[in-house]
Amino acid sequence: MKTFTYERARSPAEAAAAASRIPSAKFIAGGTNLLDLMKLEIEQPAHLIDVNGLALDKIEATPEGGLRIGALVRNTDLASDTRVRRDHGVLSRALLAGASGQLRNAATTAGNLLQRTRCPYFYDTNQPCNKRQPGSGCSAIGGFSRSHAVVGASEACIATHPSDMAVAMRTLDATVETVAPTGTTRRIPIADFHRLPGNTPHLETTLAQGELITAVTLPRPVGGTHIYHKVRDRASYAFALISVAAIVQKDGSGRVALGGVAHKPWRVEATEAQLPRGAQAAARQLLDGAKLTPQNEFKLSLVERTLGAVLTQAKG
Amino acid sequence: MDRTSDITISRRNLLTAGAASAGAVALPKGAIAQASTPGTTTPAGSVPTAKVSLQVNGATRALELDTRTTLLDTLREHLHLTGPKKGCDHGQCGACTVIVDGRRINSCLSLAVMNEGRSVTTIEGLGKPGALHPMQAAFVKHDGYQCGYCTPGQICSAVAMLGEIQAGVPSHASTDLTAPPQATVVEFRERMSGNICRCGAYSNIIDAVTEIAGRRA
Repeated sequence: MKTFTYERARSPAEAAAAASRIPSAKFIAGGTNLLDLMKLEIEQPAHLIDVNGLALDKIEATPEGGLRIGALVRNTDLASDTRVRRDHGVLSRALLAGASGQLRNAATTAGNLLQRTRCPYFYDTNQPCNKRQPGSGCSAIGGFSRSHAVVGASEACIATHPSDMAVAMRTLDATVETVAPTGTTRRIPIADFHRLPGNTPHLETTLAQGELITAVTLPRPVGGTHIYHKVRDRASYAFALISVAAIVQKDGSGRVALGGVAHKPWRVEATEAQLPRGAQAAARQLLDGAKLTPQNEFKLSLVERTLGAVLTQAKG
Repeated sequence: MDRTSDITISRRNLLTAGAASAGAVALPKGAIAQASTPGTTTPAGSVPTAKVSLQVNGATRALELDTRTTLLDTLREHLHLTGPKKGCDHGQCGACTVIVDGRRINSCLSLAVMNEGRSVTTIEGLGKPGALHPMQAAFVKHDGYQCGYCTPGQICSAVAMLGEIQAGVPSHASTDLTAPPQATVVEFRERMSGNICRCGAYSNIIDAVTEIAGRRA
């Protein structure tokens, strides 16, 4: 690990200002992803701004009937919240399908959104990777690509986003709240928060330098049956090959987002009209234009079948 | 006498040298471990350090550490509590599991400086020979290990895991999200998935956990 200086921020605006002053600074909260990457020298911050002392660890009701989840709410606490379990079950389910008990106790809501890819070439500093070292090339294209993206990828990067939580938040139309180094706040719809790789796969979100996530808000509950179905190589404690987050209403209408298929949680609202016609119709439109490798083409049928299982489960 | 203690001494001397040179630099307001402020240079050979105070197994331990020091390395290398093990050092195996403020975490993925003032319990703090924690005794009784390397992490994890069930934390194995979670083998297996045992003592570990959970119920 490279050396770094360290400070504890006392307010969100102060944290953001410090991060904008020092370009190589990083915020640290749970540290479960950042420290892993720092040990491998994939991340090399010269300065860490510890945000754990900021009072951003509450889940509060909003006047609109939704929830405002503080950026520092730990994954365990978010998954355990009575209101989340009752009204936004897909979010609880997604969180509980991710990582381990130990990691969920440390990992935060904001940190989960900012997780970096688990592409093995991103992790292997001996290999070219446009995300880790812009312009060096993509080793996954033409390489071992079983876990990689099938939609929304580019010639520069076919990595996937590893989060389960973010996939559920996409179905819930969550909003990310931030504070900028100037002190101004803004609200970013989760659909616009993560980027597709394009020619700049090292840019993963639409956050500006120094901008700090303060909360994630959920709109009022939408009812329906909430399901998160994750398919992975082990029964527990593994990243998704693919996952389906779904909220299905009694009339068969609903919302679906996919994990493990793209550089961001994958939801195409226009295709959701196909849901009452069944999994095949919906999945085909959802993954329209998929670019497959011989190693990841299984994801197409896996999504279709998993969505089928989800829709059957939703019918009860 | 042996090479290991030579290495330990030289590392300690190195840290002391680092601490001394870091302390000679004026710190900006709000900064805890700034060896250099933007625009200044770090004296050659020094590393940024920070003062950290932890409650470890009930005792206050004050240290000055390289900011890079993980909680795991603090416990093992500086406080000589070698119960927590360095398996993967990347949060994938659970051998480093300790209990911080009542919650189990991977101590390899947390910096010591992030745990200022917190209460840390390692396997050494759960029980001792002659006065074992019930979970330690159950692991012995049910032969919940083979090589024993993962065992301190397994036991810390199991103790905190039963606390999580009691506190109503749901799991991936919980069939009804809105009901209190049940202390069942299916739940234990899922909840203990962050602790890998390469010897494969899982069935005996589950027997030990089941016995203790049954006593609690």
